[in-house]
Amino acid sequence: MSRKLTVFIALLLVSVLVFACGKPAETPAPAPAPQPEEEATPAETAPAEEAPQVEGVTGKIVVVGSTSVSPTIEKLAADFMENVEPGVTIEVQSVGSSAGIKAAGDGTGDIGMASRNIKEEEKALGLDEYILGFDGIAVVTHPSNEVKDLSSEQIQKIFAGEITNWSEVGGKDVEIIVVSREEGSGTRGAFEELMGLDKEVLVTGDAVIAEGNGAVKAQVASKEDAIGYLSLSYLDETVQQLKVDGVEGTPENIKDGSYKVSRPFLLLTKPEKSEAVEAFFKYFETDNAKKIIEDQHLILQ
Amino acid sequence: MRDRHMEKGRITGIIFENIFRLSSILAIIALLMILGYIIYAGAPAMIDVGIREFLGGMEWRPTRDLYGIFPMLVGSTVVTAGAIIIGVPIGILTAVFLAEVAPEWLAKIVRPAVELLAGIPSVIYGFFGLLVIVPIIHSAFGNGGDSLLAAIIILSVMILPTIVTITETSIRAVPRSYKEGALALGASHIQAIFQVIIPAARSGILSGIVLGIGRAIGETMAVILVMGNSIKMPSSLLDRGRTMTANIALEMSYAAGQHQQMLFATGVILLIFIMILNFILLKLTRERQAK
Repeated sequence: MSRKLTVFIALLLVSVLVFACGKPAETPAPAPAPQPEEEATPAETAPAEEAPQVEGVTGKIVVVGSTSVSPTIEKLAADFMENVEPGVTIEVQSVGSSAGIKAAGDGTGDIGMASRNIKEEEKALGLDEYILGFDGIAVVTHPSNEVKDLSSEQIQKIFAGEITNWSEVGGKDVEIIVVSREEGSGTRGAFEELMGLDKEVLVTGDAVIAEGNGAVKAQVASKEDAIGYLSLSYLDETVQQLKVDGVEGTPENIKDGSYKVSRPFLLLTKPEKSEAVEAFFKYFETDNAKKIIEDQHLILQ
Repeated sequence: MRDRHMEKGRITGIIFENIFRLSSILAIIALLMILGYIIYAGAPAMIDVGIREFLGGMEWRPTRDLYGIFPMLVGSTVVTAGAIIIGVPIGILTAVFLAEVAPEWLAKIVRPAVELLAGIPSVIYGFFGLLVIVPIIHSAFGNGGDSLLAAIIILSVMILPTIVTITETSIRAVPRSYKEGALALGASHIQAIFQVIIPAARSGILSGIVLGIGRAIGETMAVILVMGNSIKMPSSLLDRGRTMTANIALEMSYAAGQHQQMLFATGVILLIFIMILNFILLKLTRERQAK
């Protein structure tokens, strides 16, 4: 028995060592999956593309980052590749804001996508920021809730767990059920930053954690006493959007800055951009691109 | 001629033996790769943070570099224990019913039904829990519904097939003479079942329970949907809570750097739990074979 155990442990150690030696000094990087493709495609596509293309830009752009930004970028990339610069290949990987910023910084991606502002420590990467548009975050309750308007301070206290009963903000005498996103989500990061839940006070540990905007909506829609937050583009009649500080979260109010709970969708690049990236950024200023962005419920500056 | 034939048979035999050996080595390699990777990815960070802070810490706040999983250890343990307390008696009694009491035609309906329970995907259990059980608990207790209790109810149904199937098999494996002896001594049918057959089938029943525990502790999807996933320490069964599996699944998609390594570290703890369970299972089956 003990000999068998020794053999087993020895084998296990060997396999740990295999991993340890195989990737020297590399921490398990987020979403390494599409890497091999990256290496394979330029070799295949580059010569093939040069033949039919007389002039125009060629190359490959890897866009990495926020899951909230990527649907818009995918639409833009498809239009760009089809109608503007057929010589350019764009690959979009949605792995989250933090990973996207990191990828832009270390060069594994050409463009990083972030659905929140850059943090202090991320500024050290020296990246150029381009604002694609703004997205509002709606604070929502169950449609039957009689509370229609909350101040930022009340929202902060509710999410921090200091206000725990709807009667304290003019509602029924029932406990508030706070619904939040999972740790690391860009929407959560932006909401915490905007509501002052990232410093002295944090989102209450008692909060229901739902994975994704859709799950938050489902939770709030099914619980009469719940409050949650989600990207404006996910709003529908199953939940009730609250006014924040008396201002309705409409695209107009986000544009003129009166609705405070909004965040930029950022594209981050190294200061020296490739020709293909320059062309892609230039394309964002065209009417076609603007229409695509607005169709995705983003608010242009 | 005959020699040649035998020679050929011998070679085929050797080839096939090696194919079998290769297949089994593949299974071992897969196991070692998984274990090796999880330990490689999780253990350094776990030591970095400190095993005491990790296992005993009450706060899980990756953005603040706080990685305490004690509330989740409690969550996983309580939910599993609860599922066992509810599921095991029901499972054993169902198995007794199927093996000893039910007329054959009824057993032929109940048995496939129980087995079908094992084939329902866990996300369906979770969805059912979210739409049916959670609202019922909310209307009874007004706590929002997402709770350890909801997870316990769902899990106790999910472990039923394992327990029923293994228990029934081990009851059927008890020699007829045991039961006949008991009856001949004047015991009633029920007395024979509870005083003779179940004790004789004990080790089989126990391994069924251990497998059930393994299923309950490893369940992820169904639990995420009904437990609320709060990071706070649950203080009652009606509170929300988070299990280790839910922690990994919920945060994996966005985690990077140390946060991601700590999720692997959670996986290491989970693996240790499961390995202890398997060790117990091994002991129990040994005991059975020894008999």
